[in-house]
Amino acid sequence: MVSAIKETKSDKVFLACVYVVLTLALAVVAYPLIYIISASISNPNVVASGEMWLLPKEITLEGYKRVFDDPAIWNGYLNTIIYTAVGTAVNLAVTLPAAYAMSRRDMVGRNLFMMLFMVTMFFSGGLVPTYLIVKSLGLVNSMWALILPGATSVWNLIVCRTFFQSTMSKDLQEAAEIDGCSDFRLFFQIVLPLSTALIAVMALFFGVGHWNNYFSAMIYLSDQAKYPLQLVLRQILVLQQMSAQSGAINAETATSLNNKAEVAALVKYAVIIVSTLPVIALYPFLQRYFVQGVMIGSVKG
Amino acid sequence: MTEGSKTTFDVSVAPLGQQTGRRRGRTLHKIVRNWRLYVFMAPALLTVLIFSYLPMYGIQIAFKNYIPAFGMADSPWVGLDHFIRFFNSYYFWDLLWNTLSISLYGLAVGFPLPILLALAFNEVRVGFFKKTVQTVTYAPHFISTVVMAGMIITFLSPSSGMLVNLLEALGISPPNFLTDPRWFKTMYVFSDVWQATGWGTIIYLAALSAVDPGLHEAAILDGASRLQRIRHINIPVIIPTITILMILNVGSLLSVGYEKILLLQNPLNMSSSDVIATFVYRIGLLEAQYSYSTAVGLFNSVVNAILLIVINQVVRRTSENSLW
Repeated sequence: MVSAIKETKSDKVFLACVYVVLTLALAVVAYPLIYIISASISNPNVVASGEMWLLPKEITLEGYKRVFDDPAIWNGYLNTIIYTAVGTAVNLAVTLPAAYAMSRRDMVGRNLFMMLFMVTMFFSGGLVPTYLIVKSLGLVNSMWALILPGATSVWNLIVCRTFFQSTMSKDLQEAAEIDGCSDFRLFFQIVLPLSTALIAVMALFFGVGHWNNYFSAMIYLSDQAKYPLQLVLRQILVLQQMSAQSGAINAETATSLNNKAEVAALVKYAVIIVSTLPVIALYPFLQRYFVQGVMIGSVKG
Repeated sequence: MTEGSKTTFDVSVAPLGQQTGRRRGRTLHKIVRNWRLYVFMAPALLTVLIFSYLPMYGIQIAFKNYIPAFGMADSPWVGLDHFIRFFNSYYFWDLLWNTLSISLYGLAVGFPLPILLALAFNEVRVGFFKKTVQTVTYAPHFISTVVMAGMIITFLSPSSGMLVNLLEALGISPPNFLTDPRWFKTMYVFSDVWQATGWGTIIYLAALSAVDPGLHEAAILDGASRLQRIRHINIPVIIPTITILMILNVGSLLSVGYEKILLLQNPLNMSSSDVIATFVYRIGLLEAQYSYSTAVGLFNSVVNAILLIVINQVVRRTSENSLW
């Protein structure tokens, strides 16, 4: 290493400062996350008084028990899984073929189509006109209101197009043409299998988006049975409605946890963990792909 | 190859009229030959036309008194009445000020931090420490808006919240963050910083990875310090990225993260938390004043579009890194 030859004193001091800054950043971000995990399994009285500040104290699983006993949370979870799976599948089915078509230089009108898509990134009809259109199509209070309006993500479309443009060579396409392979077969049997990294990134971006979305569910869904997890969470975490309290309290817990407000707090921490865990647990393994996705996108399309 | 050489041959012998006719024929031929690509385009095009362009057609109700029974096209025109009502309302300047001040506050605090953090990451050699810091600081990006709002409310809740306890332990008597209008913007901006700074570094790190290591080696041999190398090698490399992101940010100054604001809003902090987007939601969907709400929303997106065009022009004059 060249840098190993010449490390001046001021460089060493500077590098030490960099490490301090990064350690600080690590602590600031990690502390609330660790705190929530610990608080979700600690006695809520100890948490509220500030005695529990990092590691769990007087461990109890009551919060999780309440969460898993709550039918609204289960139902929300199930809905979210369905919306996320169907939504992501639709996103991919719409975005990938369109991106491939627009990556082909021999497609007449690709620039016109691109313009048409780009305009929607900077200008939109707005909340009410969009709502009225969705309503007039009869999609209100149905799963499709959460999936179809956002089916085409222009940003991701550009990312995919850039990817196809830089990885699928013209030779490949010509060779396929000479062999009499149609564009359908070319796309499904050659292009897609060569793009698994891209598909993974896109599935994750779209999937996280659906998993975390609450706003369109809030405006379009009126039937509580159709609520996704995030709307159930909104009731518990933000509107402070104790839906997780519906489970019967047994004698043992009634003595140890006599204060309703404190049980409510315990449930909040537990529900945060339960709802965020699938995404957070998945993410370190897929971090490589996320970063790749942003990098592909940062190449000016 | 063969196709290209055939064309030049055609051009040399064909009279002018025939030549353009043939070119048109060739375009048509290309479209017909690639018809499958248009099938690929169809679903994306269709959803965008229905869910993005039809609402744009619906913007006309901003200039009408929308009556659901009449439909968008047949509701009576009222001209600029809704806009005049909005500009003359007592809340107009409050909404504009709240929207702009939250945006600018967020930009001033949140924009430089990812750049600094990315430069810091770039100084550290790849290894366990770097990977850990990156993994942990990226993680909050995946926390949903609802959970984020829930965390803020729980941590700042008077008498039992984590941050409140922390301040009390330091001997500071904390204000009631959740209901005090003076604290709303700070609460909003700094929770955003916590959530977005780490993820925001990725795009800069991608740009920094393009730096030729030879440049650094040469600079080291010339006796350049780390700070000098950051200043003269790394920063110039990320300037185009910084510029583009700055343009995009200025172009969306009037669109603050209303999804989070909506969740943190309460009657007590309304005077500093009500922004144009939350107002549009409230009067449009909760009070069903469709036309008025559309007018306010249109004002918002027009200002955004103008800002984007203006800032892009300014940047284009002064450097080559503009959006278009």
